[in-house]
Amino acid sequence: MNHRIAAIASNTFREAVRDRVLYNLIGFAVLMAGASILVGQISIDIEKLVVINLGLTAVSLFGVIIAIFIGIGLVSKEIDKRTLYTVLSRPVQRWEFILGKFFGLAGTLAVNTVCMAAGVFLSLLYVAHHVVKNDVSILVALYFIVLQFLMVTALTLLFSSFSSPLLSALFAFALFVMGSFSADLHLLAGMANGLNRWLIMAAAYIVPNFSALNVISSVAHGESVAGRLILANSAYALFYSAMVLCGAVLIFERRNLK
Amino acid sequence: MPAIEILGIEKTYSVGFWRKQPRHALKPLHLSVEEGEVFGFLGPNGAGKTTTLKLLMGLMYPTAGSARILGMEINDPRMKAQIGFLPEQPYFYDYLTAAELLDYYGRLSGMPAKDLPRFTAAVLDRVGLASAGNMQLRKFSKGMLQRAGIAQAILHDPKVVFLDEPMSGLDPMGRREVRDLMAQLKHEGKTVFFSTHILSDAEALCDRVAVIHQGELRGVGAVAELTAKVQGKIEIIWRGTSLPAALTRLGAEGQVSGDTARAVIADTQLDSALDALRSEHCRIVSVNPVRGTLEEYFMQQMNIPAAPDDDSSSRKGASA
Repeated sequence: MNHRIAAIASNTFREAVRDRVLYNLIGFAVLMAGASILVGQISIDIEKLVVINLGLTAVSLFGVIIAIFIGIGLVSKEIDKRTLYTVLSRPVQRWEFILGKFFGLAGTLAVNTVCMAAGVFLSLLYVAHHVVKNDVSILVALYFIVLQFLMVTALTLLFSSFSSPLLSALFAFALFVMGSFSADLHLLAGMANGLNRWLIMAAAYIVPNFSALNVISSVAHGESVAGRLILANSAYALFYSAMVLCGAVLIFERRNLK
Repeated sequence: MPAIEILGIEKTYSVGFWRKQPRHALKPLHLSVEEGEVFGFLGPNGAGKTTTLKLLMGLMYPTAGSARILGMEINDPRMKAQIGFLPEQPYFYDYLTAAELLDYYGRLSGMPAKDLPRFTAAVLDRVGLASAGNMQLRKFSKGMLQRAGIAQAILHDPKVVFLDEPMSGLDPMGRREVRDLMAQLKHEGKTVFFSTHILSDAEALCDRVAVIHQGELRGVGAVAELTAKVQGKIEIIWRGTSLPAALTRLGAEGQVSGDTARAVIADTQLDSALDALRSEHCRIVSVNPVRGTLEEYFMQQMNIPAAPDDDSSSRKGASA
């Protein structure tokens, strides 16, 4: 990473911290503490399953909400407030700006996820009193969640590079929901015929395949994640994010900053 | 080699929803600014000044034409490391302190990290913000923000400084400080290109100015050259207690104070006016050309009639 991208990324991270984005961790901590105490009282033998399910789902949702709500303003806010003018009048290429913003938000989400992951493990210790070897799968699930964040961040940056924050948020949420059900889209394509089949199939490949990155349920049931899936998901998420970022750069490179 | 060469750069937008119509924000502009010059880019609001600056900064793409700064293309990163830019009514990251803001911009400009604290402290001191370095920008007044904007524009010791309406929103003291700073930059050999619609600032600071209106360059040159193009007037002062009727018929504007009378006439009427005064046996004290002001030149280019002549808007030239 060159020093200009690093400077933009660290400034984006600092902005998120000073805008009190990490305060969401307090909400998460309260949720996990409350859930752990409650689950301990009302569940028999499935405390661990409930805590893992609830904890990882909360990590995913909190992160996606942060990714969308910060991501949609990453470019448009800089244009609206004209802070971008003093950045791009320096020896900063537009693609460097987009990448800097991406890494800054991705870094924020990564730090956020690490803190939340600690919360999940603390809750687990509270209800199960110990951590077993199989619980390493929780780390894999968390890794997949971070891959999801990279894709959502890239998508919000893409929308932010040409659209208003409101529309960007709508597009990003819509794609997140569609992507979460992309496995169903593949099933639907299999049942359709003719042109519909091709259209649904195309949509299934274009929308991000978040369902492949969701292993929360199987991890909660103590199942391990295959190494091949980890490799395939990593390659897919990085490739998809890179393609979307290329799109964002192509649009932003052509844009006149009025 | 000129510091700035604008080679027929132009910008056209398509406006309208169904039937797109072209709107020329900037008609082909040819302009050259020499190194070390303070160059004023004058025009009313919406004339195309900011569009020109955005095109030069690579924030917008020209419809046609090109420009070179320090002999390099406008999107050349090597060139951008040698220029500074203050946008109009700047707004900065308000969660940063002034020192953090300058540190950020310094890194983007490729300044060595170890030198940044020293440069940052020096430039904050230079713009009068030494005591506000650790204050968040959200707490800054408009004048302080403008100073922070100037600080970021000169932080990396650029060769060419572009300032878009640098005096906008400043009180008289703030304007004076910015003027002094621009004079310092000139003294240091920097090229300063600034846009303004405050003509007195341009008149006080600029080696040369250009006037732009409705996206079209209307004139360029030294202030004295341009004001000389304003239709001339002559002031005649003589000993007398009244204004001869012949002079009034020539369209003279006159006034009498004690035993001295004064009249201002168009320079084409000078001979007739002097003949009229001689025929009345008046003793002529002085005949002075009244030089046009930049404001008069500017108004002429805008096709707006000049305001009635008064002492504040006209200055005497050399005595006859």
